[in-house]
Amino acid sequence: MNCSEITNQYYRVNRLPHIWCAGCGHGTLTNTVVRAIDKLKLNKDEVVIVSGIGCSSRAPGYLDFNTLHTTHGRALAFATGIKLANPKLHVIVIMGDGDSSAIGGNHLIHAARRNIDITTIVFNNNIYGMTGGQFSPTTPYGDLATTAAYGNIDKPFDLCSLAQGAGATYVGRATAYHALLMQKLIEKGIQNKGFSFIEGLSLCPTYYGRKNKKGNPFKMHSFFKEYCIDKKLVDKDPEKGINKILIGEFYNNPQPEYIESYQVIIDMLQG
Amino acid sequence: MNDKGYALVQGNEACVEGALAAGMRFFAGYPITPSTEIAEISSQKLPKLGGKFIQMEDELASMAAIIGASLAGIKSMTATSGPGFSLMQENIGYAAITEVPCVIVNVQRGGPSTGLPTSPAQGDVMQAKWGTHGDHPAIALTPNSVQETFEYTVKAFNLAEKYRTPVILLMDEIVGHMREKMAFKNISEIEIINRKKPACKPEDYVAYKPDKDMIPPMASFGEGYRYHVTGLTHDETGFPTNSNEVSEKLIKRIVDKVEKNIDDFSYFEEYKLEDAEIVIIAYGGVSRSAKSAVDELRKQNIKAGLFRPITIWPLLEKQINKVSLHAKEIYVAEMNLGQYSLEVERAACKNCRVKKINKVNGELITPEEIIEAIGGNYEL
Amino acid sequence: MKKYEIRLSGSGGQGVILASIILADAAIEQGLNAIQTQSYGPEARGGASKAEVIISNNEINYPKITKANILLSLTQKAYDKYIASLDKDGTLIVDEGIELSGNEPIKVYKLPILKNALDKFETNMVANIISIGAIYELIGEDILDKDIMLRSISGRVPPPTVQKNIEAFEEGIKLIRGYYE
Repeated sequence: MNCSEITNQYYRVNRLPHIWCAGCGHGTLTNTVVRAIDKLKLNKDEVVIVSGIGCSSRAPGYLDFNTLHTTHGRALAFATGIKLANPKLHVIVIMGDGDSSAIGGNHLIHAARRNIDITTIVFNNNIYGMTGGQFSPTTPYGDLATTAAYGNIDKPFDLCSLAQGAGATYVGRATAYHALLMQKLIEKGIQNKGFSFIEGLSLCPTYYGRKNKKGNPFKMHSFFKEYCIDKKLVDKDPEKGINKILIGEFYNNPQPEYIESYQVIIDMLQG
Repeated sequence: MNDKGYALVQGNEACVEGALAAGMRFFAGYPITPSTEIAEISSQKLPKLGGKFIQMEDELASMAAIIGASLAGIKSMTATSGPGFSLMQENIGYAAITEVPCVIVNVQRGGPSTGLPTSPAQGDVMQAKWGTHGDHPAIALTPNSVQETFEYTVKAFNLAEKYRTPVILLMDEIVGHMREKMAFKNISEIEIINRKKPACKPEDYVAYKPDKDMIPPMASFGEGYRYHVTGLTHDETGFPTNSNEVSEKLIKRIVDKVEKNIDDFSYFEEYKLEDAEIVIIAYGGVSRSAKSAVDELRKQNIKAGLFRPITIWPLLEKQINKVSLHAKEIYVAEMNLGQYSLEVERAACKNCRVKKINKVNGELITPEEIIEAIGGNYEL
Repeated sequence: MKKYEIRLSGSGGQGVILASIILADAAIEQGLNAIQTQSYGPEARGGASKAEVIISNNEINYPKITKANILLSLTQKAYDKYIASLDKDGTLIVDEGIELSGNEPIKVYKLPILKNALDKFETNMVANIISIGAIYELIGEDILDKDIMLRSISGRVPPPTVQKNIEAFEEGIKLIRGYYE
């Protein structure tokens, strides 16, 4: 499908234009989600997109599925209820970095631990954008933010390692520049019967970029192009990974899924 | 069960039985005394009925999960006590503005903070009304017996479904933990209300467009009505708006749909009120002490009576005002420092004096203490 | 019938709460009114534990005991704490290991509850059921049918221990019957 076909079929066109700034990576990342859904030919009526609060969390409002814009950090807990109530639904959660790993960090690790069949996609722009540029749990050490006026002394999370350590059974990372890879990872994440976690590195030229003199959106995209390297290449030659950001599929290890395990109990009790 | 159909049942157990009878098929919760039995029994009984129980990571998540399940069309409940109730407040507000039916049980214990985990209190009365930020509707019911716990849990679900709003079953440790007789009713005899579904085609569905009764029909996720739900102030389509006019209309509607229908769910008990000069107002566990006190005062030729609100929110203004017109004095007995008495005072409009009987030491107010406060002599 | 206000006290793990539930259960099955309440501390084992049962053929409003007419105490601590709440005309049942303060009522049964549980049943887990046997003997068969009591015990104790607990119940009855012999 071409761009306008995708837009007409999957977007709520009357809700556009979106609220994101020019140069923001969220639009591209949202499109990778939509294209993955299209590729898998999912029934729109059976797709639920859940989000929390923040810039990323506005994405579902533009998409023509069952969409739920929840409270800050709690998207996965809402999604857990939806999935348990109707396991036929494809539940996809879109969160931001602060949303998923600060206020919602506890929900993230426990949803991952249960291995419930939810696909979680984090739009990581290293900053709280909606509130005007405060540091988040993924803001690099030393960077500036409106609440880190003298440099950030919090150490950042590696979200993929966090999710994998907590029990996610499919984990990967791509960027707004590596849109095709991002789409592929989301497709595989949706297909994984279990908790999938895909980190999409986004960019916030308005707050993070400007504050840290990272240049315009073009420069920030070029950074992704230059500094990201696929894990497969580094696995073959570790030297290539020095001072680089790893992208690609990190972990793919299917395990018994939560609701399927519960269904075994129900079937046993109901004879 | 004896030949009359009665069995010894705990209050918390009766709550689960009521919920299951009402059609609850999803429970999310986090263990907390003195409500834990509700989670335990739900975890045992739900899967037998094809329903699901989940122990979430905290009460914030529990509240979120029941809203999610309800949006997918399943009647859902959570149960907690003070500290957990505080954590749930954020998403109770979400359920209110997104109009998602759900039931929240709070078995009250001593507070604030961790307080007295195993002792009764009624300190969350105002929180049940105003716990979440912003103006919002509140329905809260306070049973005072095991039998009532069963019946009002059913009613809590019915009201949640009918009015598309979170409903709080405000219990206390006395009622939650005590065991007494309960009649197991035939489920088919119980009135069950289910949410109103859209009759139109999906393409004509305007998710938050209310009918004349102020309540919009609710489609479940997965039924082909692809709509948007947000905790942001939204218009009738469900999408966010900054319009002052639309915002005001929305907030007034979600409050009015409950408050203007109060006559539909004004539950209360009047005991020896006909000629009462002294009226005790009490609810939940304390109302049982009050009833004993009324009997004792009557023996002493003191014309005492009891007004017991079961619908504790919204305030039964009309009924309390009527009581105040005939009473010389109203005594509000409650296990807090006087939360409901201020509301009673407001409803009484200075028609009579309103006095307080309060206790916050973790013990139930005794009939003796009520009688003494009123000026009677207590004799065993 | 008179209103029975029974307080059972001991330490956590002795099963006084289960004992109170069994009594209340039997009363309901009998067609009487009964309310069972309890209070407990944070300890699952040890600590103070108290349970109350009110049995009446009238409606019971206030669910707690004002003056107990039967008090069971299995520990010294429980006895010291609750003896004052026992009616002067009430009945006291204590384990024989308890030192009485001199404030006790006329009707006192000092019984080898804990000792017999260990000696005859090789477990202190049945002390609560021996206690129920003793209380039952005081309430009497004209109020509570014995078959109903036995059904209530059988339905509330772990299935493999039913026989042992029924024997423990009989032991409690015997302790009261033989007390003044």
